[in-house]
Amino acid sequence: MIRFVVSRLIGMVLVLIVVSMVTFLIFQAVPLLAKSSPVYYYIGKAPATPELLQSLTHRFGFDQPLPAQYWSYLAGFFGKSVTDGTSAAVQCPFPCFGYSFRRNELVSTLIGQALPVTISLAVGAAILWLIGGLTVGTLSGLKPGSLVDRAGMTGALAAVSLPIFFTGPVALLIFVYTLGWLPDNNGYVDITQNPVGWFLSLLLPWICLALLFAALYARLTRSNVLETMNEDYIRTARAKGLDRRTIVVKHGLRAALTPVVTIFGIDIGGLIGTTIITETVFNLRGLGTLSIQAIRDLDLPVLLGVTVVAAFALVIANFIVDVLYGFIDPRVSV
Amino acid sequence: MVDTSPSAAAVRDFADEQPFLVVDDLRVHFPTDDGLVKSVDGLSFELRRGEILGIVGESGSGKSVTAQAILGLHKGSQAKVTGRILLDDQDLVPLSENEMRRVRGDEVSMIFQDPLSSLHPFYTIGNQISEAYLVHHKVSKKEARQRTIEMLQKVGIPNAAGRYDDYPHQFSGGMRQRAMIAMALICQPKLLIADEPTTALDVTVQAQILELIKELRDELNSAVIIITHDLGVVAETCDQVVVMYGGQCVEKGAVDDLFAQPEMPYTWGLLGSMPRMDRVRQERLTPIPGSPPSLINVPKGCVFNPRCRFSDRVEGRRCFTEHPDLLPTTSTTHEVTRHEVRCHIPPEERQQILLTEIRPTL
Repeated sequence: MIRFVVSRLIGMVLVLIVVSMVTFLIFQAVPLLAKSSPVYYYIGKAPATPELLQSLTHRFGFDQPLPAQYWSYLAGFFGKSVTDGTSAAVQCPFPCFGYSFRRNELVSTLIGQALPVTISLAVGAAILWLIGGLTVGTLSGLKPGSLVDRAGMTGALAAVSLPIFFTGPVALLIFVYTLGWLPDNNGYVDITQNPVGWFLSLLLPWICLALLFAALYARLTRSNVLETMNEDYIRTARAKGLDRRTIVVKHGLRAALTPVVTIFGIDIGGLIGTTIITETVFNLRGLGTLSIQAIRDLDLPVLLGVTVVAAFALVIANFIVDVLYGFIDPRVSV
Repeated sequence: MVDTSPSAAAVRDFADEQPFLVVDDLRVHFPTDDGLVKSVDGLSFELRRGEILGIVGESGSGKSVTAQAILGLHKGSQAKVTGRILLDDQDLVPLSENEMRRVRGDEVSMIFQDPLSSLHPFYTIGNQISEAYLVHHKVSKKEARQRTIEMLQKVGIPNAAGRYDDYPHQFSGGMRQRAMIAMALICQPKLLIADEPTTALDVTVQAQILELIKELRDELNSAVIIITHDLGVVAETCDQVVVMYGGQCVEKGAVDDLFAQPEMPYTWGLLGSMPRMDRVRQERLTPIPGSPPSLINVPKGCVFNPRCRFSDRVEGRRCFTEHPDLLPTTSTTHEVTRHEVRCHIPPEERQQILLTEIRPTL
C-alpha cells in the first residue's frame, strides 16, 4: 500500500513537471518563434520605447537561454521576490505564480479568490449529477426498454444536447427574472458570510452544469448496470435464493458503479478551470472567468497560474481515484 | 472412457421409490425478433432421491436451459415456460419469483459451469458462501462463518479457516469449483444441478470433483442432475441418462442399458466422437457431420434428419415428414428407468447397424 502510494506520488510529480514544461514552452517560448517578445504578454501591452523593452526583457530574464529560463520559472513556484513594475519589490511566497501587471495583484491572490467559487460550483454540481445520473441510469439499466428507461434516456439525450449557454439564461429568465423564486444577486455570495445566500446564488449554476454531466452519467450507468446484470455471478446470486434488493444493490451495483469512480475522478478534477461557460453565464468570478479575462487582457502570468492549478487538480483527482480503486476492487493490488 | 459395466450406484434399485423430481412435457420458448426459439420442446424425465441423472448433448441442445428452468431462473424474463416440474409433488412452474426464491439454494441448488465468472470478483469466498446459508437460515454471522468453514473443509479446501477471507481470483480453478460446490451444498439441497461442473478443469481435478459430488450425494441422499457433453462423465457418475438434441430428448435410459445398446444414430455419433483412453492406438475421432439445428426452424420430421447417415434405411421419407415418438426399446432391462429412443429405423435394423457398422468403429 505504502509502496503504491509512493510510486503514484512520484508519477504525479513527474506529470506535473511535464505539464509545467509544456505550459512554459507554449507561453514563453512560442512568442519568441513568432518574433515577438513575452514581455508584451507579461505587461499586457507594448513597451513605450525600445529601451524599455530591452530593460524589461533583461529584468524578466527573457534574454537568458531557454533551459535557464525554465529553471527560474520552476524555482519561482517556491517563492521569490517579483517586481510590480514600479521597481518596488513584492514578496511572492509559495505557491508563486508571479505578478499580474494588469491587475496589480499577485497571481496567487487572484487564484485564491477565484478557487472557492469554482470548487463550490464543481462540488455542488457533482453531488447533483451523481444523484441524478446514477438514479436514472440504474433504473433504466435494470429495466431496459421499459417506460422508465425510455423516458430517462430521452431526457438524457435532451440534457446532453442543450448547452449551458442556452439552459443558463433560460433558467435565469424563468426562475430569477420572471417568477422571482431566486434572488438576483448577480454573482457569488461568500459561504462564510451568508451560507443561505451562497446556496441560492449557486443553485441554478449547479443544476445547469449538473444536467449535462447527469445525462452522461445516466447513459454510462445504464450500460454498466445492463452489462453487470447479465453477468454469471448475478445468476449465481439468484440461484442462491437472494432477494432482488440484495442482488441489485450488493451484487449488481457494486460492480456496475466501480468504473464510474474513474470517470468521476477525471471529471471533477477536470472541472477546475474549465467551468468557463457556466461561470460566465452566471457571472461567477471563478477560475474560468479569471482565465477568460486573462486571455482578453493578454495577462500571461494569470493564464500560466490557472493552467498549472487546473493541471494540479486533475492529477490530484486521478491520484485519489487510483488509491480508492485499490479499496473498491480487490483484484487491484495496492 | 466408457465403462459399460454397471456402476456401483446403478446396482441400487430405485424401483420402490417415488420419483422426487418429475419433469413432464417441459417447454421453454424464447420469443425473439427472428421468431420463436424453442430451446426445450417437450422434455420429460423422472428422478429419485439418491439417483444421478446425466443430461448430454451438444451446445445449444437445451441442456442448460432445462437446468435453469428447474431453478426458475427464467422467471422475469421473456421466456415462456410450460409443462410441469414437480419437486416432491409441488409444481414449480406456476410459482412466483418470490415463492421460487425460497426453493432456490435451499431445496434445489446449482453448480455453474465457469466458477471464475460465476463467483463475484468483489466479495470473499467466505462471504459469498455464508450469504447462501444466511438467506435461508436465521443464524448469526458467526455461526454462518463456522458452517461455511466446515463446508469448505468438507469439499477439500486445505486451511479452510484461513482461505475464508480470500477472493475468488486468489483460488485455483479446481478450488473455485470446490467453493462453488460448497456454496451449492451448504443448505443441504434435496436436488443438486451441476451444469458442466468439470468443463474448465483438468482431468485429475475433474475426477476429484465428480467423486466429491458422488460422496455428497451419498451423504445427503440428494437427487443430482449432471449436465455435460462428456459421455465419459456420464458413464462414470450417472445412473440414468437423457440424450438431448435440438431441445428434445432423443434417447434416454439407465446408463448401463444405454451404453450396452445405444440405439439412436445421434448417440452413436456422440460415442464415436469421444476420445478413448482404453485403446492402445488412437483411431481418428469421427465427428458428427453438420451442425446443430436452428431452434427457430426446427427440421421437419426427425429433428436429427439433416445429419443422420441412416435416414435412407427408413421406408418412404418418414424421417423427413413424420416426427418420431419416444418409444421403449426391446433392450430395456430396468423396469423403472425404461430405455427409450426417438427413431424411425425399425428396432431389428437398428441392432443390425449397431452390430455391423457402429461397434467396430467405436
